[in-house]
Amino acid sequence: MTMPLVLVAVMVVLYACGVYLMLDRSLTRLLLGFLLVGNATNLLIFLMSGSFGEAPISDGARAEEMSDPLPQAFILTAIVITFGVSAFLLALIYRSWRLAHDHDDRVEDDEADLEIATAEALAADEVTDEDLAETQEYDDADVPADAAPGGEGQR
Amino acid sequence: MIPLVPLAVLIPLAGAALALAVPGHRRLQQGITLVALSAVVALSGFLMWAVDAHGTLVMEVGGWAAPFGIALVVDRVSALMLVVSSVVLLGVFLFSIGQGLADGDEDTPVSIYYPTYLVLGAGVFNAFIAGDLFNLYVGFEILLVSSYVLITLGGTAQRIRAGVTYVIVSLVSSVLFLAAIALIYGATGTVNMAQLTLRIAELPSEVQLLLNLALLIAFGIKAAVFPLAFWLPDSYPTAPAPVTAVFAGLLTKVGVYAIIRSQTQLFPQSSVDQLLLVIAGLTLLVGILGAVSQLDIKRLLSFTLISHIGYMIFGIGMANAAGFAATIYYIAHHIIVQTTLFLAVGLIERQGGTTSISGLGGLMRTAPVIAILFFIPMLNLGGIPPFSGFIGKLGLFTVAAELATPAAYWLMGIGALVSLLTLYALARAWVLAFWRSPKRAEAKIEAKAEAPAAKPATTEALMLRDREQALFERLQDAPDALPQAEQKEIPRLMFGATCGMVVVSVALTVFAGPLYAFATRAGEELAEPGRTVELVLGDHGDGGSPGGGSGDTVPEVAVLDEEGGAHG
Repeated sequence: MTMPLVLVAVMVVLYACGVYLMLDRSLTRLLLGFLLVGNATNLLIFLMSGSFGEAPISDGARAEEMSDPLPQAFILTAIVITFGVSAFLLALIYRSWRLAHDHDDRVEDDEADLEIATAEALAADEVTDEDLAETQEYDDADVPADAAPGGEGQR
Repeated sequence: MIPLVPLAVLIPLAGAALALAVPGHRRLQQGITLVALSAVVALSGFLMWAVDAHGTLVMEVGGWAAPFGIALVVDRVSALMLVVSSVVLLGVFLFSIGQGLADGDEDTPVSIYYPTYLVLGAGVFNAFIAGDLFNLYVGFEILLVSSYVLITLGGTAQRIRAGVTYVIVSLVSSVLFLAAIALIYGATGTVNMAQLTLRIAELPSEVQLLLNLALLIAFGIKAAVFPLAFWLPDSYPTAPAPVTAVFAGLLTKVGVYAIIRSQTQLFPQSSVDQLLLVIAGLTLLVGILGAVSQLDIKRLLSFTLISHIGYMIFGIGMANAAGFAATIYYIAHHIIVQTTLFLAVGLIERQGGTTSISGLGGLMRTAPVIAILFFIPMLNLGGIPPFSGFIGKLGLFTVAAELATPAAYWLMGIGALVSLLTLYALARAWVLAFWRSPKRAEAKIEAKAEAPAAKPATTEALMLRDREQALFERLQDAPDALPQAEQKEIPRLMFGATCGMVVVSVALTVFAGPLYAFATRAGEELAEPGRTVELVLGDHGDGGSPGGGSGDTVPEVAVLDEEGGAHG
């Protein structure tokens, strides 16, 4: 028996919907998208196991007629991992929903990125002679005492 | 010796289980973790010696012969990676103990940090010794799931925000990796890497290219090479200092290691070498340009991390034994040095209360030791001659000069430029943080604080936030994310751990001769995957002789071959 086309079609649809959902900024949709993509991948592994056949561990069947058990073991492992990660992701979504100021579950932009975009230049040449003059205390004799790890906090 | 191989994974996992069993006893947890990590350091050191003396070790888990069961393979590259990563894990662990004690959180209820840290170690080690692709995937998942926990530790808004990006990007790469494994299994009927060496070579070249690219994209996200590295500087800097240090040192290198394995063992005849060289050049340039523009030292270091991944891809792209050798040495150097730098930044953060160079100043007077601890690895990363960074880059450039192709010359130029820019970016941060007078930094901060007007917020939202804040302070395992009181003393152990890592990084230079010789032998081993194939598939009389790989004795695999052929 060969693979039914239906399974391939289902896999394609799952991938398409999953990728579409994962492109969203809302975390709940992201999670749903991840679940769809995960299942589509499991189907892909299953499709790659070749043709259907007899149950692999049995007395009667000949080796050529058996299904390949290995991909099914892969799928089981992958399902467990997907399950665990989804649970973690749900907790993360809940946490971020609680923390968001207007109770939203969207992915936020990185503040530091936005800051860089508006920041003024900060260059090493800002260290002027004046600065070096001010830090001259460093040359004083009391350095070893102060130099001990964490000797004194902020002078 | 062979029964020792799986211990690299089992010891940290058992340690994690034990540590989880005693959640209330922080001291005991620390003791367990210390013992487990020290044991792994000793074990991996022994394995490195054994592998170098007696050749590759192959362990068949559960006694199942290689193509059917799971094989654990320790060759010279794996052994070196084990040693370096276990040393890094131990060093960062000592640092984090120091930090935890300093924060006075000995009786916090949440004590998942140490078990998770050990599981992270188990995942990293598993990825390094995995002999089949699916086991590599499992290793990746173990380390990723624990990294999700570590990166969102404490659950503050900032870390959750960063964690979301990190988790989702990692998920995408994992799914891609799994799909690539499915395709490879469909095409070849096996996931054992040694058997794949034989079977992939028989596939049509366009199928090979497709599979190779699928794996490269998945690993490229994990290794943070240029177009796929966007997630890294967003995610790493917000985690606690020791977590960032271990992530920066280890996690991306696991991705690079996977790329090495797939390029040498699965696709030795690959046609993507030119592509890898282009990617390497872009990674180097774009990463360092990002670093130059950063104000925050942690973010700056994250960008240099991305940039320097380019050197490793450069070595892999040259695809000969000497190139692999240089890459291996460079990886070892970079893991240690990048971790050390992040630990030094952890010290700066504690001393100065921030990691933004616009807010730091005058540290040379208050903390000259930190200045030195940051300065040495900084020169090392920039590639100043006596240090290991220079040796690694010299190795790469020598190979490139011998290749003498236009791409190699281009990359030599880019590599030299990136070295200089690395030094520029880091030296700028160092000068501003340590030499500038503190008054100027304070003036900057005040100017900034005045600028944003108070946000209008409802009283309800404010109350909620206050309550959350109080909750976090109790729950946090590492409250250092909040600006710390500046008068706090830096614990000896944090200094000790950082000093230790600096010493290790200097040791890479002192013992550069034997180490580079070892890397050269490892590179030669990688360039000849055939030897590993024989070892994995052929060293047992009971069944899986190398001939078995062709499909005569293995009916189900033979069926799959037909299917795969039809598919291809």
